[in-house]
This record gives sequence, C-alpha cells and structure tokens, in this order.
Amino acid sequence: MAKELLKGNHAFAEAAIRAGVEAFYGYPITPSTEFLEYMSSRLPSLGRAFVQAESEVSAINMVYGAACTGKRVMTASSSPGISLMMEGISYIAGTEVPAVVVNVMRGGPGLGNIAPSQGDYYQMVKGGGHGDYFPIVLAPASVQEAIDYISLAFDLAEKYRSIVHVIVDGNMGQMMEPAELPPMRELPEEVPEWAVTGAKGRDPNILTSIYIDPVDEEVTNLRLLKRWKEIEKNEVIYDEIDVEDAEILVIGFGTSGRVASSAIREARQEGIKAGLLRPITLAPFPRKRLLELVKKIRRILVVEMNSGMMLDDVMKIVQGQVPIEFYGRMGGMTPLPDEILDEIRRVAANQAPGAEDPRDEWMLRLEKIITGDK
Amino acid sequence: MVATAEVIYQRPESFTEVHTHYCPGCTHGVAHRLVAEVIDEMGLREKTIGVAPVGCSVFAYKYFNMDFVEAAHGRAPAMATGIKRVLPKNTVFTYQGDGDLASIGMAEIMHAAARGENITVIFINNAIYGMTGGQMAPTTLPGMKTTSSPFGRDVEMAGYPIRMAEILASMEGSGYVVRRSLHDAVNIRKAKKAIRLAFEAQERGLGFSMVELLSSCPTNWKLSPQESLEFIKDQMVPVFPLGDFKVSEVLQTLKV
Repeated sequence: MAKELLKGNHAFAEAAIRAGVEAFYGYPITPSTEFLEYMSSRLPSLGRAFVQAESEVSAINMVYGAACTGKRVMTASSSPGISLMMEGISYIAGTEVPAVVVNVMRGGPGLGNIAPSQGDYYQMVKGGGHGDYFPIVLAPASVQEAIDYISLAFDLAEKYRSIVHVIVDGNMGQMMEPAELPPMRELPEEVPEWAVTGAKGRDPNILTSIYIDPVDEEVTNLRLLKRWKEIEKNEVIYDEIDVEDAEILVIGFGTSGRVASSAIREARQEGIKAGLLRPITLAPFPRKRLLELVKKIRRILVVEMNSGMMLDDVMKIVQGQVPIEFYGRMGGMTPLPDEILDEIRRVAANQAPGAEDPRDEWMLRLEKIITGDK
Repeated sequence: MVATAEVIYQRPESFTEVHTHYCPGCTHGVAHRLVAEVIDEMGLREKTIGVAPVGCSVFAYKYFNMDFVEAAHGRAPAMATGIKRVLPKNTVFTYQGDGDLASIGMAEIMHAAARGENITVIFINNAIYGMTGGQMAPTTLPGMKTTSSPFGRDVEMAGYPIRMAEILASMEGSGYVVRRSLHDAVNIRKAKKAIRLAFEAQERGLGFSMVELLSSCPTNWKLSPQESLEFIKDQMVPVFPLGDFKVSEVLQTLKV
C-alpha cells in the first residue's frame, strides 16, 4: 500500500480497525475527539460495536465488560478523561483481561488546556489507578509509528492479558503527515478459554478483581509481578540515532524525542557528538540499553514536555555514573529544535559535576526563556 | 400399587450448591432464587452472563451457576452494555443494590435505560447500605435512622428518597420497568412473574428492563426478620408504591 496524507487521530482509529478492534467505547474530549468520531462512522458498517458513553467512567467500564468476553476492545481519550478512567483501568488490570487505551495527552493539571503535553508520564507509566499493577506503555513519535504500535498494542494486551497504553500528545493527534496503513487483519476466531460467553457445556467462567482473602490477593499480585518481569525481558522497544560515538546522549520520547532528533542532526553538523535514545516502550523502560550507553558517553540530556518525569527514571537507572541534565517545556508548550540545540551546545561545553536535581538549574533557565530575558 | 413421587421443589440448576453469606432474614436469597428459577424455566443458563455489583451481593457470582463478571461500584450497567453490544445473542443481567444503582451508579443506569440497552436489571431496594454497615442510602426513608443519619434522615439536610422505577420508566428506551416486594408469599410470586417478564423483554429485544424489589435488611434495620417484612409492608410500600410503570405492548398480552 502507498503512503497517504493522514490526520493523526483518524489514522490511529483506522489502524485499530485494521488490527481487528471489535468494540470502541468512548467520550468526546479534545484533542482526541476525532478518534471517536472516526470510529462512529466506521465500526457500525463493519458490524462491530460502537457506543458514545455518558462519561469516561462509563466508557472504560464498557471496555472492561467487552474485554471480559475476549473481544478486541479499546478506548481513546485525553488526560482529564484518562484520569476518570483510572478506576476502570485498575479493575481491568486486577481482572487480568486485555484492553488498549490511547491517551492523546494535553496540558494540565486540572482542566489545563488542549495543547500537546507529556505531563501524564507518571499517571500512565507508574500505574495511575489504585493497587499493584504494571501497564505496558508505548510512546510512538510519528503518525506512522502510532499506526504500527497500536496494532502491536493489541497483540501485547492479549499475549499478557494486560492493559496496554499507547500515549501520544495533541501534536500527533491533530497533525497530518504521510503514513501507510497496514492491510486489514483477520478477526480472531478462537475465543479465549477464560472469556465469559455463556457457560455452554463447560463450568462457569468468573471474571473478577476481588480477592477477599489477602493471601489470594498476594498470590495475584505476585502473578502480575512475575508477568511484568517477563514483559521486561521480552518487550523492550527503543529507537536510536548516532549513539555509537556519542559523547552527549539525549533521551526523549514521543514528540520531544522527535524534536530532539532534529536538534541532534544540527549539533552533529557543528561537530558535537550527540546521539539520541528514544524509548518507545516507556514501560518496560529500555533500562539495559541505557546502562550500556552510559559506559560510552560523557553526559546525558533528558528532554521532555513535562517537569522531568522520565528524568526520575533515568536518574534511578544511571545512579550518578554520568552527569544528567534536563530540559523540559510544560503546560502545553512544545520545545523547538533550536531550544534543544542550544541545550546540547550548553551540555557539550559543561564540565561541571552533575547536580543533585537537574531541575534546579533548568528552572532558572526556563524562567528566563518564559520572560524573554535570555 | 407402586408409589410415585413428584419433585415439586428443588435447587434450580442455575444455583450453585454453596451456602450464601447473607444474614438471616435477608431477602437477597429469595431474590437470587427467583432469578435462578426464571433463568432455568426459560432455558437461558448456558447463554447468560451476569454482572455482580459492589454491595452485599458482591459475591452473587458464587451463587449463580453461570458465567459472571464483577463490576466496580455502580458500573454494572456500563459493563453489561460493553458485553451485550459484542455478544447481542447472549442474555445479560445486572444485580444491583440501591447504593450501587441509585447513588454512585446513577449515571450508568440512567443512560443504559436511555439507550434502550437490551439488558435486564434486578434492583434490590432495602433503603440502606448493607455491606458497609447500615449507612443512609439514596432510598432511605425520611426520618429513618441509619449510622450516617443517626437522628433520622432529615430531608432538609439529606434530601428525599429516589424512586428509581418511576424515573427509569420515563426513559423511552425502557421496555419493562416495575416495582415489586418480597415481604410475603403473594408478593414473592408476583415478583417472580415480573422477573420472568423482564427476561422475556430482553429475549424479545424490547429494550431496557428492570425489576425493583423492596427487600429487607434485618441486621442494619435492627429489626427481627419478621419485623423487617412488616417494615417493608407498612413503611416502605407507602413511599415506594408497587406497580407497573412501563410495560411494552408485546408484554401486556404475554402469558407466563
């Protein structure tokens, strides 16, 4: 198939359809609404389920219900809507049924705004809902990557009976760029043995997240943790640019990683040996690869569209082996390649030991940028 | 002469052989049994998916011999919607209490009815939160003492009881909405017939169906089982009148 000019949210929805999604339940919210609109126009004619729910709370519980039948099911929303869904996401995790959730992130906290952000890193990567569970989190950086990884998300969800989050930001939901859609996948014919479908000729299937005896809950927690360890072993995905001889390693995901890749190209032209590590699975994080790279580089620059959330994970992994610096924009602001290039130049020239919290100096620099007093 | 014996009362196949956790005198057991009998009589067991709530009947899935899921508090109608839309040929029902359905799950039940979701809801109204130990429910009677309305429900401060059957009957998506009571044998028989009609409504694709059942909670009402049944008759029925609030035409002539 040839490349077409596709709008992010429409392309993500069509990718899910071609991956065989059998039900979509959602609620309108900017900047993810076109996802729902697209599903409303496509799914009924395919004989698949679509409901515009009364709230995100209901939407995710509809997803929960359909997930219990073994059908391929998903929802898409944006940050405040995802907050409302966290109850259901925890139940889905606790019941060990597969589901895919797409978060087209926007600025926050609170109502925030509708501009692109990566401020939901903690919420998505660290669980977000109550209790012990570990979501798989995919962070594509282009419309094409999102198409590819939404398809993979369903496979991972089913393989591990897990919740899989695909997180993008308002940039990617709203922008148009050339991308190629895969052919339609066959709908799965086999119904998983655990699914509720009516107990015809078999014992009843019971799907619940309640384990009233703490011993049973602990056994469940341990099962989830063991499964997570398998996922960590098998499912790490990342992208790299120019890391082999890099002295400065830039780490960024999604849009901020993509903007950083432009800055790195320019830095190379100036003779600065910069490279990019772009985690695509934020959970599981490419921990091993980062530890390998740390041995070869001099300094790290973490770039995000939040207050340094992935930064915390990087610091935890690197354990002070090399100095780490941070550059972030928040509140729905997207960094420009020139801003990151300036940062790369600054980091390349910096010989100071690493700060205890790289945010401290960044905050001073950001204040100057915001007030135009550069 | 060979003596013949006829079985006139036995455990429905739709019931599991376990003891329930319900308190003595609680009518949950009666309501469960009526649902199980109806599912047996209609031959629906092998295609039914139940949705259990949060509340005293949180373990309903242990007592019904059929596929079951366990919803978050109040979300059973949303979960049932998610299931029914992908498995439209299956029978899907929720079993919910008044805190679950009329308080935290008000949005879910209203919109399930508004959409005319082809599901059946068994609604247990005992005017109190049972599982958490007897707090005021949206259905608690004016003046009724609970652990969170210790001086009696003051309607000036805590509002009025909600009549769900009347409200849901006003939704165009509803096909069958009635209120019955479980306080004596006659009413229990009427309740069973209503549950039958509610499942018949679903099998015929007539839209949303709900049977509200006035039920007892001796433990939290601090009454004996017998006094509790009298409380339903004397105190609850005047506030929650029994009757048919929405019966689609097809069902009006149906003999069950």
